[in-house]
Amino acid sequence: MADRRYEPQSETVTINHDELAWRVGGPQGSGVDTAAGIFQRACALGGLNVFGRREYYSNIMGRHSYFDVRVAHHPVHSHCDEVQLLTTFEDESLARHAISVVEGGALFYAAKDVEKEVQGITYLDLRAKDDLIAYLEERGLPTTLGGVLEDARQRGVQTYEADFDKLVESLADQLDIVSALAARTTNTLAVAMSLALVEYPRKYVYDALAKIWPGRQKIIDMNVAAVDLAYQFVRDTYDTSKFEHRLTPSQSKEPRILLNGNQAVAMGKIAAGMTFQSYYPISPATDESTYLEAHETFPSTNGARGSVLVVQTEDEISAVCMAAGAALTGARSATATSGPGFALMVEGLGWAGINEVPLVVTLYQRGGPSTGLPTRSEQGDLFLALNAGHSEFPRIVLASSDLEEAFYDAAAAFNYAERYQTVVIHILDKSISSKTMSVPPFDLERIRIERGEIASPNGGHEGPYPRFKPTESGISPRPLLGMPGGMHWLTGGEHTQYGRVTEDPVVREQQMEKRMRKLETAAREIPVDEKLRVYGDPAAEFTILSWGSNKGAIVEAIELLAEEGCAARLIQVRIMSPFPGPELEELLAPAKPLIGVEANFSGQLAQVLRQHTGIACDKLVVKYNGRPMAARRLYETFKTIMDGTDETKIVLRNPNE
Amino acid sequence: MTTATATANRKLTAKDFQVPFPNDWCPGCGDFGIINAVQQAFARLELEAHKVAVVGGIGCSGKAPYYFPVYGVHTLHGRLLPFAHGIKLANPEMTIVGVGGDGDGLGIGAGHFVNAGRRNLDMTYIFFNNEVYGLTKGQAAPTLAMGLQPKSLPAPNIQGQLNPLMMAMSVGFTWIGRGYSYNVKKVVDLIVAAIEHPGLSFIDILQPCPTYNNLHTKDWYAGKDLDSGQPRIYWLDDTDYDPVIPEGADDAAVLGKMNEFLTKAHEWGDEIPAGVFLDNRATSTFADRIETRIENYRAQPPNKREIADESGRPTADLSEIFDEVRMT
Ligand SMILES: Cc1ncc(C[n+]2csc(CCOP(=O)(O)OP(=O)(O)O)c2C)c(N)n1
Ligand code: SF4
Ligand SMILES: [Mg+2]
Repeated sequence: MADRRYEPQSETVTINHDELAWRVGGPQGSGVDTAAGIFQRACALGGLNVFGRREYYSNIMGRHSYFDVRVAHHPVHSHCDEVQLLTTFEDESLARHAISVVEGGALFYAAKDVEKEVQGITYLDLRAKDDLIAYLEERGLPTTLGGVLEDARQRGVQTYEADFDKLVESLADQLDIVSALAARTTNTLAVAMSLALVEYPRKYVYDALAKIWPGRQKIIDMNVAAVDLAYQFVRDTYDTSKFEHRLTPSQSKEPRILLNGNQAVAMGKIAAGMTFQSYYPISPATDESTYLEAHETFPSTNGARGSVLVVQTEDEISAVCMAAGAALTGARSATATSGPGFALMVEGLGWAGINEVPLVVTLYQRGGPSTGLPTRSEQGDLFLALNAGHSEFPRIVLASSDLEEAFYDAAAAFNYAERYQTVVIHILDKSISSKTMSVPPFDLERIRIERGEIASPNGGHEGPYPRFKPTESGISPRPLLGMPGGMHWLTGGEHTQYGRVTEDPVVREQQMEKRMRKLETAAREIPVDEKLRVYGDPAAEFTILSWGSNKGAIVEAIELLAEEGCAARLIQVRIMSPFPGPELEELLAPAKPLIGVEANFSGQLAQVLRQHTGIACDKLVVKYNGRPMAARRLYETFKTIMDGTDETKIVLRNPNE
Repeated sequence: MTTATATANRKLTAKDFQVPFPNDWCPGCGDFGIINAVQQAFARLELEAHKVAVVGGIGCSGKAPYYFPVYGVHTLHGRLLPFAHGIKLANPEMTIVGVGGDGDGLGIGAGHFVNAGRRNLDMTYIFFNNEVYGLTKGQAAPTLAMGLQPKSLPAPNIQGQLNPLMMAMSVGFTWIGRGYSYNVKKVVDLIVAAIEHPGLSFIDILQPCPTYNNLHTKDWYAGKDLDSGQPRIYWLDDTDYDPVIPEGADDAAVLGKMNEFLTKAHEWGDEIPAGVFLDNRATSTFADRIETRIENYRAQPPNKREIADESGRPTADLSEIFDEVRMT
């Protein structure tokens, strides 16, 4: 696909009345997240399905951030590269995103920005400036935001000017408060204007405010007044007839929770009975641990107060060692990190591997290598997760693709860890961690806690406990530190069944084989439905192989193909180790063509597949600009493949995100 | 080897904390005296073996856990403190003794050393100070003074020396002592007091390495090179030095004690102080601090909390958590 620079990305998107794709942008620290939070809750409270995507810089204040919210009567699993409605308060958001508003769409802009030169926008990247200026010059438009707006109008986009300062002033007058205080409602004003434009019932906006500021009546009252003012202003000021989009609440009364991936994982861990988590702050993993810390105690069905002890350590080396130490005592224990932190944990993982410690590590991938793109997404750490550590030890690597999987997999990870007494790496990515979705409340009935083989050594034997006694399954009963009669040694060295260091060749072979046998046992025992899942038409030859957060966009792309009578299926690999090679060989036999879709440079899963089965993907569709894939772009790409493109590696690019 | 437990008619002895396995330290190594002292201390404290974990780093010293019939954990180079913390935090009933080298603790593990001080978790850390990296054949440890050249060094040491006592004090260890590995009796007393201290204890043990440290040998510590011919080491309990910061001490009192501490910790050369340098009873322990947030932490620690019913259903009730994000 051509490398389209500052250009509208698609002409095919039209207004669809069942759903709305809305974007809000602004400098970090200015409340973009709050604005998106109000919008998403207002929609979810009206029974709509919500999908939110957050993009931000590694910066605290000033750099550009934006939030895409897609809402619909039907379930939504991905964002859209193009939006129908864009809300901006300042220059940079307008300059960046006006191009992404579709024909028939609309945008809000601040009156004061019109004369501003694109060249003068502080944080707009030079590349983006150059492209935007060239684009405007090509069209004979002024290289100002006025030019950007003119281009939008020429493309059939309604542009609504809003003087937020004036609105704030009138709110201050009306409530008899100082303008600085009234100015805190700017986000609410902007959200309410968007929702007023699509004639969404304002009672849901009120309810959203109450959800965001529970019990803080003064703040709620002020914001309710802002909502009323915005609705009134839209009605009095704009010709809304030219923007045809309307959003109606759903009649559905299905129960829904609205949350992000970090929260889903944290909830899964609490449900699974995790009692210890260590962490060192790193995006995009931190929010999980801080959420856990904020919910460190909770009720239990047995009447006692449940708790998770969360410890912020001095570094990730400490985090992994501390979690392993806690796990030795029988506490379900985990740590959560991202690539750079995981890289530091490697020696500790090996220690847990050779000592058969049930240790869960949650790995949220971000753009790499090194510091890479700290706040953006990538699936670049599959090789790392599979191979981290010198020499070899068995590990379970579990990859979730959405919030529901994130929850149930986070819980299942502890069962795998304790059943196979080894390291479990639960691999997710930034897209999942920060995406918000409305989903049915998670069902704890689906979770069963299995503690694996725990020794009850009390009496019955002399001397130290044979903790590492070789068995057929590779799994030996495990005494917990503190148990009477269970004393043994643990060491990163090769060891005898008592855990005493040894370099004896025969014992070495026995212990190596015992440990690695656990992987075969796991491969045999884990149900195929946990290892991989098939979406779309199971009989289709056109086969997509993928993993992780791409699933939502791929499934939607397959639905778009199906509407045109084109059959396709997705095979989502969930357990990366033990790799389901035999299962895939069978499933992939009829695949024609086989297309690997991954958010990394080289198609890491495709390579792992080939390593295990010899099967090579015919095509690779990859994206590595740090942003998630959109369904429509995938759909277009799959069409070009169906049309017989001879490109073998297709890179998804979008310069406007 | 049997499980050591004191009974009414039999007191525990050091023998109860020995194991029938050969030891592979060099003959005459100072490490022998340390494990000997630990065994006696465990017996004197009448510890139940299954409630003790000895956690080692990597080095000659790091092998010490193999010589006790307790839970013996031989960890990674520099990481004994994080492992020890994990065990103690999850199972606060256990007595934790860390055993590691000077390179392990103040070289590769220095970050953990510093941050452990901030927590004041109840455990004892025995620091094997031989001024060299024994197991890698005698390179300079961070405790080696600048300009010295023990026999493995191709040239005199051009990096500065860390003072473990001052390090421990400045980062927040609340009980600090120094022993000498050939004076086992004194080391036993120190270990007993350190374990009894309800916070983070540190014992710097001057541990001759006859194989690689040809400068600070048994004879050197005995003062054989001195005109006086007197041992270099003198004991603080023979002086009027008082290491105690009492409970509730005010800032001025703490500061005063720190100044006395610094003067003592700085002494080296012909006269080397040993004994108890600091016994700070004014600082809360990590468990106390956790209990301000998790009220039943000690009663229901991470390793004891009932997480499932008989049929494996989670006991965690997430309804409050779901309510926070409930929309419809
Ligand atoms: C990560 C890592 N780096 C290096 C080593 C090699 N190594 C083993 S022991 C040791 C030094 C031990 O010195 P010290 O901690 O002073 O203990 P001692 O042998 O003197 O008791 C080193 C560097 C290792 N085991 N692991
Ligand atoms: S090298 Fe030194 S510290 Fe290591 S065992 Fe030999 S004498 Fe002891
Ligand atoms: Mg040493």
